[in-house]
Amino acid sequence: MNHYLELLSFGPGGWGDELARGALVTISLALVTLPFGLILGLVVALGQRSGNRLAHKAAIAFTTVFRGLPELLTLFIVYYGGQILLQKVAGLFGYGAQIQINSFLAGFFALGLVLAAFSSEVWVGAFNAIPDGQREAARALGLSAGLSFRLVVLPQLIRIALPGLGNNWLVLLKDTSLVSTIALADLMRQTNLAVGATKEPLFFYFVACLVYLFFSMLSGGLLGRLEERLGRGQTRGAA
Amino acid sequence: MTEIIGSVINLDLMARYGPRFLDGVVVTLQLVAISFLLGGLLAVPVALARLSKSGVLRALAYGYVYFFRGTPLLAQVFLVYYGAGQLRGAFEAVGLWTFFRDAWFCALLTFTLNTAAYQAEIFRGGIQAVPRGQSEAAFALGLPRWVAYVKVVFPQALVTALRPLGNELILMIKASAIVSLITIYDVMGVTRLAFSRSFDFQVYLWAAALYLILVEAVRRLWAAAERRLTRHLKPV
Repeated sequence: MNHYLELLSFGPGGWGDELARGALVTISLALVTLPFGLILGLVVALGQRSGNRLAHKAAIAFTTVFRGLPELLTLFIVYYGGQILLQKVAGLFGYGAQIQINSFLAGFFALGLVLAAFSSEVWVGAFNAIPDGQREAARALGLSAGLSFRLVVLPQLIRIALPGLGNNWLVLLKDTSLVSTIALADLMRQTNLAVGATKEPLFFYFVACLVYLFFSMLSGGLLGRLEERLGRGQTRGAA
Repeated sequence: MTEIIGSVINLDLMARYGPRFLDGVVVTLQLVAISFLLGGLLAVPVALARLSKSGVLRALAYGYVYFFRGTPLLAQVFLVYYGAGQLRGAFEAVGLWTFFRDAWFCALLTFTLNTAAYQAEIFRGGIQAVPRGQSEAAFALGLPRWVAYVKVVFPQALVTALRPLGNELILMIKASAIVSLITIYDVMGVTRLAFSRSFDFQVYLWAAALYLILVEAVRRLWAAAERRLTRHLKPV
């Protein structure tokens, strides 16, 4: 028992500080990706609903591709593809050196695209759940298109979409573990390093699982509170 | 014609790795199909335990489902694959080492346990969606509990579960790409191999096309099966 406590201690002999730093990278990557993915997802959802055929087709193609590709493959394509693309662009300007993409940035971008694809479906569903009368009433009151979206549609949209978006967030949190494969020092990678140094895979991978589980639980609790708060004006249990 | 194709696709590379890619497709599909089926079998008792009257059973099933749904599949795969090596002595003693030594079996075991947790929740939702009157009517007709479940409740629960089960199958196909990280040559594994030898980025685009085709084919097959299985519910 003492042996395991020592392994988790902070300082030179233990891996506690490395794991904590990894957990911090994991949670910050997820938190930074969240707004990017959600907003892009909303844009894609608006594209999918728009009367413009080109925008509609582009939105459908976007969701089909990024919902269909394995997250790991999307990550590799962004990471290696981005590197090659940047190298070519730099080459045009006569800059020939090797370019390394920051793995945090690659993870942010790739996971953001995936989140956008999945959350756009949630947004579209929420749009469909808002009666047309809401927007019509807002327009009849003389609100501009922008204002009626911001003041009337969006608040309802967020309330209706929240449970689905909450699921998207939990999936994102777990998907961040994939960035360990492109050498970002997240929780998973730090765990791999600890396992390599100590030969204690069972213990360390189990600890990593518990940390992810803790984040999931924390998110679940917070999301529940948020849902309650956003739904406070709603009558429940009727009908 | 060959020249036009050759300017877009590296034909040499295709000739060298094309067959291996097909092998990769077989590995991916096998792994997903077997673990999905075994996971489905395991999911039924877990779903029933989730709905059981016994608090202990409910808590155990809840813990199982929560663990496998709340942690990354990657961490689970590593836990089983690398963790098994640590328990080598114990596995040798009970004769299971040949099983756990093999990355493929470790992946299969992890995937089965993982998808069982997700499918258990799907089945639970399906069972709960069957109106109570259905089982009450079955009991009133004198059917034993067991028969009432198998003949009346489960078939109706499965109809509700069909669509989410299809989604879970597609998620499994995508998630299976991570087995390439424990030395298995599935589609992703072959892609990584081809890239590490050729440094030609287009192999990743081939893989992307392959996965999109796989996912789309499975989605359509599932939708067709769903239409056929629910044809009695269609308004005439």
